[in-house]
Amino acid sequence: MRIIEFLIFFPFAVALVLFAMGSSERVYEARKNLVKGAGLAIMAAVIYLAVRVLGGEEDYSFLTKAETANMLIMAGELVLMGVVIFYSIRYKKIYAMLLSIAGTLPIVWLDLSGRMPEGEAHFHIDNLTVIMCLVVGIVGSLICIYAVGYIKDYHQHHRDYQERSNWFLAMLFVFLGAMFGLLFCDNMGWMYFFWEITSVCSFLLIGYNKQPESIQNSFKALWMNLLGGCGFAVAILYSALQLHVTNLSQLLTIDEAAVPGVMIVLVMLAFAAMTKSAQFPFCGWLLGAMVAPTPTSALLHSATMVKAGVYLLIRISPMMKGTLTGVLVTLIGGFTFFAASLMAIATSDGKRLLAHSTVSNLGLIVACAGVGLPESVWAGVMLIVFHAVSKSLMFLCVGAVENVTGSRNIEDMHGLIIKLPKLAIVMIIGICGMYLAPFGMLIAKWAALKSFIDSNSVWLVLFLLFGTASTSFYWGKWLGKLFAVIHKSQALKDTTHRSEWQSIIPLASLVVAMCFLFPSISKYLIQPVLSQMFRKEVPPVIGGSDIIVMLFMFALVVALPIAGVFISRQHGGITEHNTRSYMSGVNAADDRHFLNSFGDVQSVYMSNWYMIDFIGELKIMKPCLFLSTAILITFLMIIVGRAL
Amino acid sequence: MKISKSPWVLHYDGSSCNGCDIEVLASTTPRYDLERFGIINTGDPKHADVFLITGGVNFQNRMVVQQLYSQMPDPKVVVAVGICACDGGVFKECYNIMGGVDKVIPVDVYVPGCAARPESIIDGVVKALAILDHKRDRMKQGLPPEEKEWSPKNGEGAEAMQQQEERIQAQIQASDAARAAMRKEQEEELHGGHE
Amino acid sequence: MASIVLKLAMAVISILLLGPLVGGLLSGTDRFLSARMQRRQGPPVLQPFYDISKFFQKKAYIVNGLQHFLVVGHLLFLMLSIGIIYAGQDILLSVFSLTLAEMMLCLAAFSASAPYSNMSAQREMLQMACAEPILLLLCIGLYLSSGSFLVKDIIRCDLPAIVKTPGIFFAFLIALPIELRKSPFDVSTSHHAHQEMVKGVTTDISGSVLGIVELSEWYELFLMVTLTGLFFICSNPVSLVYAILAALIVLFGLTLCDNVFPRVRWERMLAFTWGTTLVAGGGNMLILMLLDK
Repeated sequence: MRIIEFLIFFPFAVALVLFAMGSSERVYEARKNLVKGAGLAIMAAVIYLAVRVLGGEEDYSFLTKAETANMLIMAGELVLMGVVIFYSIRYKKIYAMLLSIAGTLPIVWLDLSGRMPEGEAHFHIDNLTVIMCLVVGIVGSLICIYAVGYIKDYHQHHRDYQERSNWFLAMLFVFLGAMFGLLFCDNMGWMYFFWEITSVCSFLLIGYNKQPESIQNSFKALWMNLLGGCGFAVAILYSALQLHVTNLSQLLTIDEAAVPGVMIVLVMLAFAAMTKSAQFPFCGWLLGAMVAPTPTSALLHSATMVKAGVYLLIRISPMMKGTLTGVLVTLIGGFTFFAASLMAIATSDGKRLLAHSTVSNLGLIVACAGVGLPESVWAGVMLIVFHAVSKSLMFLCVGAVENVTGSRNIEDMHGLIIKLPKLAIVMIIGICGMYLAPFGMLIAKWAALKSFIDSNSVWLVLFLLFGTASTSFYWGKWLGKLFAVIHKSQALKDTTHRSEWQSIIPLASLVVAMCFLFPSISKYLIQPVLSQMFRKEVPPVIGGSDIIVMLFMFALVVALPIAGVFISRQHGGITEHNTRSYMSGVNAADDRHFLNSFGDVQSVYMSNWYMIDFIGELKIMKPCLFLSTAILITFLMIIVGRAL
Repeated sequence: MKISKSPWVLHYDGSSCNGCDIEVLASTTPRYDLERFGIINTGDPKHADVFLITGGVNFQNRMVVQQLYSQMPDPKVVVAVGICACDGGVFKECYNIMGGVDKVIPVDVYVPGCAARPESIIDGVVKALAILDHKRDRMKQGLPPEEKEWSPKNGEGAEAMQQQEERIQAQIQASDAARAAMRKEQEEELHGGHE
Repeated sequence: MASIVLKLAMAVISILLLGPLVGGLLSGTDRFLSARMQRRQGPPVLQPFYDISKFFQKKAYIVNGLQHFLVVGHLLFLMLSIGIIYAGQDILLSVFSLTLAEMMLCLAAFSASAPYSNMSAQREMLQMACAEPILLLLCIGLYLSSGSFLVKDIIRCDLPAIVKTPGIFFAFLIALPIELRKSPFDVSTSHHAHQEMVKGVTTDISGSVLGIVELSEWYELFLMVTLTGLFFICSNPVSLVYAILAALIVLFGLTLCDNVFPRVRWERMLAFTWGTTLVAGGGNMLILMLLDK
């Protein structure tokens, strides 16, 4: 299929060209146009793919004979290992090197010694692939377009960092290509190769500015992802040697009662997925990865790479139902959802809060995948789609605000609706899209709740309840800061690039449009996924009358600000008198100052409520890590022991 | 329905010895029960109709009294409770007391007494309610308010008030200027040489 | 077609007529009862209606241009919340609409950018975080006992929901003071005169905008009464009487608690509500799920 090859190779080609172009001022225009053109091409390609798959056959499987491709991939794996060894020796972090060797060499041995079973299709496309491709293609391209303008500003603000922006943009495209490869693969060995590319890409991009903190955090990301990769390698080894299966779709047809060993493969795959998706106890790498420039955070660490992990979990979801692996996955997922949202309450750094929120939402998707019911898979896929769009929008906005005001602290975003109205409105759309009814995330959480109840796991329902409550707390605080109208404040000069707007505005419109379109998305995109996965007709998860009520709610939410503009312009009775806010009568002529007890003027400063002594990271991170590690190790031992 | 059926009271203590305040609070107790008139003691001027002041006005609290009065929406009435609020009481000649409340805001009802008895207070409030209705009717007809623009009752203390206000304005301007300078510096740092 | 028209009619009537009337009367009764409990005469039962008419007769002093439409949004979503229940639709959607409504009120307070409003709005959000698990638990409890989230199915069950979900009902009773802003959980905005943060989220709201907030409080009261009643309704028509009776008894109990208990600190409120959700709610769910097996 031409489209698959195009989608995998074209980003790599663009990356090469971008790298070769260099990063001087002269090529800036050409580079911008190249990125925009490439982005549009990728978007067009994924939409074309979607239309063909939805219109035509359900499954595409092909490429059964692929010796040359196999050779290339083995070579590629060795190259990756070489890269890791090089950097590990240069920065004296031997553990990364050892993990990489442990993960790569057995797979290469497996293939070279001919023990890898052959004869099955290497690529497989179904509706789930199409959905993920749409997400990666559209959101990923928009982020790359954003990155062009952003990286220029970034280097202007940090003149001490080495300018490698051509390399940066090239790596973003390499990453896109690797993601497409990962999504199309059915052969686990090939999937593993693309998986490792994403790990190494992430490592290189986090360490972009070569500061000691970035190097430290990039190695943290590297070893955690490589550890997951080792788990993946163990799964492939066991599956190839004991079960004689290398294809994921074939693996999913094995009956657990007949072949108990398949549980080992599943739990190792789940382990790999959970490290990639930064669940407890491996969430540290995602939090540390926030030192990277914003497009990295948006692309890798919220919209696409971490979604690779949950994608894998959703693929194996039907098999996990009712098994101990499923219990492990839901336990870790639910716990992560709740714990990360508590820690997000105590964070005032915008990017760190978004990182905690990402970990938290991924936890919810992981829990949905672990339950294994059709409704939970529906909820999981909806969450993936809506989360990718909203979260990347939030990251891009925080990056833009940081470029204009110099700060990404939420405290400094007080009164943004007057200071930077356009950015504030987009951020409001993003935040509402993350947790408010009737936006998409809430619909997905609703379906998740229904599925958790049907799966009879009380503790999962409780995690969801408490997690939802804490989630609304931290988002609400941020939303409130944006809405504050400070007396006598004026608009700042908005220096956001046009290319940044060209990516932010489509994303924001996508958030809004998808809420209206979610019935169609559900019917045409996601329901077929359920039918394919569970091999039976699944009734629609959200019923007809519910959809009508939700659309009505959404229309109301959209109509309200528009009506509000008219209401506030109305004269007579309402807007007659603007007065001071209440400060016990000691306002000093305006709302920004008051008279203190000496009779002197003092500035008013209001901060948000962070509860740091109560649920701050310093307090609860260590107990959470300890608890989750204990759960993970216990369950792994039980599951592997029972299967052997 | 008449506005006097639901008068909410803002109770403020200027420089009172708290005697009149205790009597005001006593009016809310079961023995006298202000709430049977629908009166609620609210602490927020934006929600209040009746401004119940006790104690005299001095230089420190005169701005507070003005602020609270200005933050009350129309129509509103002021009841000065106790002789100190009426004209300064036994402290009239003190160096720090400017006088009664009417030195700062227009007063509608004076309730003398030291301390004023709850019965008098209730009587005064009920009289104020009639005035409130009257003001509301004038507002509905679009007539301007009857009290003239407030100015100090006599020249006493005007100079000191002027100085106080100038000092505060200067401090506010200094604070605003410092903030603007800081912002400018930040912008220079961020976007120096930017298009 | 006829059923849709009937549903819509039910929703509209409940919103426009029943809500304000019942809410206002109950609110007035609450003040009257409080006064009598304190051995005072108290205001007439129709006092809330006089209050609202006063608000609309005052000039509104606004602090910024966003407050008005946010408060109107708050009212609209509360009305929608009630309408969804009376049209027989999904009760989870009703709770989500309620959450959205409360968020809009908090935003109206945040937009004032003033110290008391700011802090009250954050406390109000904390209260929402305490009450939200219990409201969701309420929906789950009704689902577990009737098999559906739709109100029209819940009211047609053979047994009233309270038989199977007493623990969840108890947790809901704990959440009611939070929703109705009464002691011991009136940590942010308090009803009547006992003040914690001046007047909480309404500190910088006045005039007709405040009138809209007062009206929405009536709607909220009506909504809570409806939710209480849902636990007692079943297919037997007599259960309606029991439901109304139960709602009145619960309101009386709330007024009694309001007069007896002092306000608690926010840590204690959080610990108590979440603890009750865990023990009473979680325990109830566990027992139901075990019994179903």
